[in-house]
Amino acid sequence: MTSALELRQVSKVYGSGPTEVHALCEVELSVERGELVAIMGPSGSGKSTLLTIAGSLEQATSGQVLVDGVDLAGISRSDQARMRRRSIGYVFQDFNLLAGLTAVENVTLPLELDGIGAKAARATGLEAMQQLDVAAHADRYADELSGGERQRVAITRAVVGERGLLLADEPTGALDSVNGEAVIRLLRGATRRGVAGVVVTHEAQLASWADRVVFLRDGRVVDQTVAPPGPESLLAAR
Amino acid sequence: MSVPHALLALLSDGPKYGLRLQNEFESRTGEVWPLNVGQVYTTLQRLERDGLVETDDGESERSRKRYRITSTGERELADWLRTPPDLVPPPRDELVIKVLVALQIPGIDIHAILQVHRRHVIETMQRYTQVKAAADEEDLALALVADAELFRLEAIIRWLDAADARLKQRPAPAPTAEPDVPLEPTDPMEVSQ
Repeated sequence: MTSALELRQVSKVYGSGPTEVHALCEVELSVERGELVAIMGPSGSGKSTLLTIAGSLEQATSGQVLVDGVDLAGISRSDQARMRRRSIGYVFQDFNLLAGLTAVENVTLPLELDGIGAKAARATGLEAMQQLDVAAHADRYADELSGGERQRVAITRAVVGERGLLLADEPTGALDSVNGEAVIRLLRGATRRGVAGVVVTHEAQLASWADRVVFLRDGRVVDQTVAPPGPESLLAAR
Repeated sequence: MSVPHALLALLSDGPKYGLRLQNEFESRTGEVWPLNVGQVYTTLQRLERDGLVETDDGESERSRKRYRITSTGERELADWLRTPPDLVPPPRDELVIKVLVALQIPGIDIHAILQVHRRHVIETMQRYTQVKAAADEEDLALALVADAELFRLEAIIRWLDAADARLKQRPAPAPTAEPDVPLEPTDPMEVSQ
């Protein structure tokens, strides 16, 4: 089966000569649909670089990035842009919603950019908002929403349509723990419905919602969790 | 977790049998803290001895005894709820000791040691998060218990991260050139001066 995301021997070097910085070194990672993977590591470990390369916002220096089996380096820039619009959703710490648009307009924006008519886009957008239980905010303007509500709308925007890959960079960083949990439950819910999710974070509680936690250090994958044995083991241990 | 006080709390809304107390204890702590029935009866026996609970007269078999809280028990419970728990950690935290010991061993990769513990703690957190994720959203007790464990474990991760960062910044240790010689015992006269 084709993975939703596959990184093969991906390296990223910034600068050259004495100022050369190896942000990523031969990273191997694959993420399946329905799986939520957390990437943890200290500042400067390459977490965010990994995410921007996975989302084709930045090119790898060497190695291959495959989204749904398609090698990003092997397609034209316009095809890459189309792939970013259609297949990949992004969620950032600071929500990145457009204040002058309503929640549902924000959600449907990538669809309309992709040439889908306003009416059809709205129907798809509202359906996604209903699935993720944020439809009540549909016609409110982005700047009228609380931080937690904005992030839930941003996640809906990231998975609307046919997107199979959801990339999130510290998505709960600006939220308190209860709102943060609502956001991560939503991310997890989206992946359970078949999206592949990658979330970059330094927060252990957020990472613990993932099926797998991958640890980065100095640009290298140094470790990852094994599948948890299930909650009943907590009782048996006592 | 103070089992005696939890049992007193469960008795504060009316008399109960031991088995019922065990069931209620487990369901109210989201079944994260299992309690065996033997523990329940031993605790009840002690509470009765101390005058904090009493039983119906004339019943000798423990499973047929019905327990009720006394006024002394109610006072004890009210005092306990308001007494701050002991926040001073145990004098020797095993994880801290392991890291300190590792630092003394030449050639050991301390970051790899920290990572082993980090992964283990995260895996434990994943299990508690699974408990929380699978629970009914109305199950407040379970959410509170799981949160308590998760925040405690998160603190360990934060300590490991901080240790990692500190150790990364430290200069490489200079090799010790001094041969190991037996230390002279300190002269007690010198100390007193």
